[in-house]
Amino acid sequence: MAVDRGTPNAEATAAERAGEPLLTVEAVDAFYGDAQALWGVTLKVGPGEVVALIGANGAGKTTTLRVISGLMRPEAGSVTMLGRRLDRLSPHEIVEAGVAQVPEGRRLFPLMTVRENLEMGAYGRQARARRRETMDDVFAMFPVLKERREQLAGTLSGGEQQMVAIGRGLMARPRLLMFDEPSLGLAPKLVRGIFETVTAIRDTGVAVLLVEQNVPQSLAICDRAFVLENGRTTLSGTGRELLANERVKTAYMGL
Amino acid sequence: MLSFAQILISGILTGALYALVGIGLTIIFGVMRVINFAHGELLMVGMYISFFAATLLGLDPYVSLLIVAPALFVIGVLIQRYLINPVLKAPEFNQILVTLGVGLVLTNSAQLLFTADYRQVRTAYSSLTWGGNLAISVPYTVSFLLALAITAALYVFLMRTDLGKAMRATAQDREAARLMGINVERVSMVAFGIGAAAAGAAGTLLMPVYYLFPAVGEPFTLKAFVVVVLGGMGSVIGATFGGLILGAVEAIGSLYASTGYKDAYGFVIFLLILILKPSGLFGRSRV
Ligand SMILES: Nc1ncnc2c1ncn2[C@@H]1O[C@H](COP(=O)(O)OP(=O)(O)O)[C@@H](O)[C@H]1O
Ligand SMILES: [Mg+2]
Repeated sequence: MAVDRGTPNAEATAAERAGEPLLTVEAVDAFYGDAQALWGVTLKVGPGEVVALIGANGAGKTTTLRVISGLMRPEAGSVTMLGRRLDRLSPHEIVEAGVAQVPEGRRLFPLMTVRENLEMGAYGRQARARRRETMDDVFAMFPVLKERREQLAGTLSGGEQQMVAIGRGLMARPRLLMFDEPSLGLAPKLVRGIFETVTAIRDTGVAVLLVEQNVPQSLAICDRAFVLENGRTTLSGTGRELLANERVKTAYMGL
Repeated sequence: MLSFAQILISGILTGALYALVGIGLTIIFGVMRVINFAHGELLMVGMYISFFAATLLGLDPYVSLLIVAPALFVIGVLIQRYLINPVLKAPEFNQILVTLGVGLVLTNSAQLLFTADYRQVRTAYSSLTWGGNLAISVPYTVSFLLALAITAALYVFLMRTDLGKAMRATAQDREAARLMGINVERVSMVAFGIGAAAAGAAGTLLMPVYYLFPAVGEPFTLKAFVVVVLGGMGSVIGATFGGLILGAVEAIGSLYASTGYKDAYGFVIFLLILILKPSGLFGRSRV
């Protein structure tokens, strides 16, 4: 991937110089109807960091990403990106602000070609202006997608579909890319590829918020991690710290 | 005596108009998952606009397409924005009531404003024919060609433009479309606008050969359903062929059975498709 992220706006650079995190989720409560799913969830992602969000099934990881992407409005708390409130914006405005998501289950457009799926990833105004160039970067990262670019996404193998999903996320030229269980349902060999991809994306300067079942590998590649339990953030620390944490070991690594 | 070929040709010519009405309905359904029960009434509105453009401004019905399509587009956008969007998350029953209500209001307004009188626009070419013994109607032929041209333009729009692709993406996965940065509320308004414009355009194309009264749209809503179910819900290509097939079946049915049951033949196919192949004759297609 080319490293040039364009010229960030003046506000962003000032905030970054001040050492502010890229994304801050602060004390977020979220509900599905009357059922509360998140209680005071708090987490931070610094510029260029990989942050892992781990937790059991139903802990609220997907819900947290939905709130950040604007698919759900938090009842309390806030989501900010370099000092700018995101939690009152529409999903498309949040993408334009630089936060993209590779959703759980890939969610490709099955009756559109690989190329069309990637084009949709760059639908926002800024991303669209550089669509060609970004698509070349994505094809350089996943050469098989270039071969299959006129194939309908619904006809690809699981691994190829995940590549399209990740490529589509990159097409938005985000500053933060969130992954929701990208390795789910993939063969072990492909799982390793996913983690390598995440690291490669981080190396281009894009921050990553990674939700994964695969706790040891996630903690090994992340800079920091947060643990969600029953909708609450209960633990946080560097990947190394959590790898050594007894509670994490017994609850999530089967040790 | 009318020959089989003659009947079949006239059925297919009419079928292109059914296709256009059905394409409007299928685009609205595809993007919003809302069945527009006011679809035929939008066609009726298009016909009245065309009628008044002809009688007050002296415009040829075909020329009035340039007024009717944009006008119906705006009406469609407003309906989506102020009436459909608020009930998109409501139970399906509420959505049905809203679109049925829009249809009733339109029909009754037309009755109030324009009376229940039958109206017609006679043009110099209204009764011209071509093709020698086959005696094919010239205005039906022109309408058929224009309907196909509009359909082709819609196809290119959906396949080639960013907004068209965004409509297809929204139809396939609304939430994923949001995550791509697509403003799905805006896409939905455009989709309803295009759907309404297609219905209005079909009404305009009927103007030189048909008559007009406030309830003229009713059977067209039903025909549009048949076309959409025939071609597969949400499929533009399917609706195109669905319309041509319905036109042909109606014509052949009138030839061998009775003209009186013309509207019933469509329903027979409708039920057969629902029972035998609920996904439509053409399955899942790209547009
Ligand atoms: N659409 C929904 N409607 C109602 N409850 C939901 C919905 N989606 C998730 N939940 C509930 O919210 C909680 C958190 O779910 P989720 O965020 O999907 O967890 P995770 O991604 O960590 O597995 C769970 O208790 C789940 O049952
Ligand atoms: Mg989940």
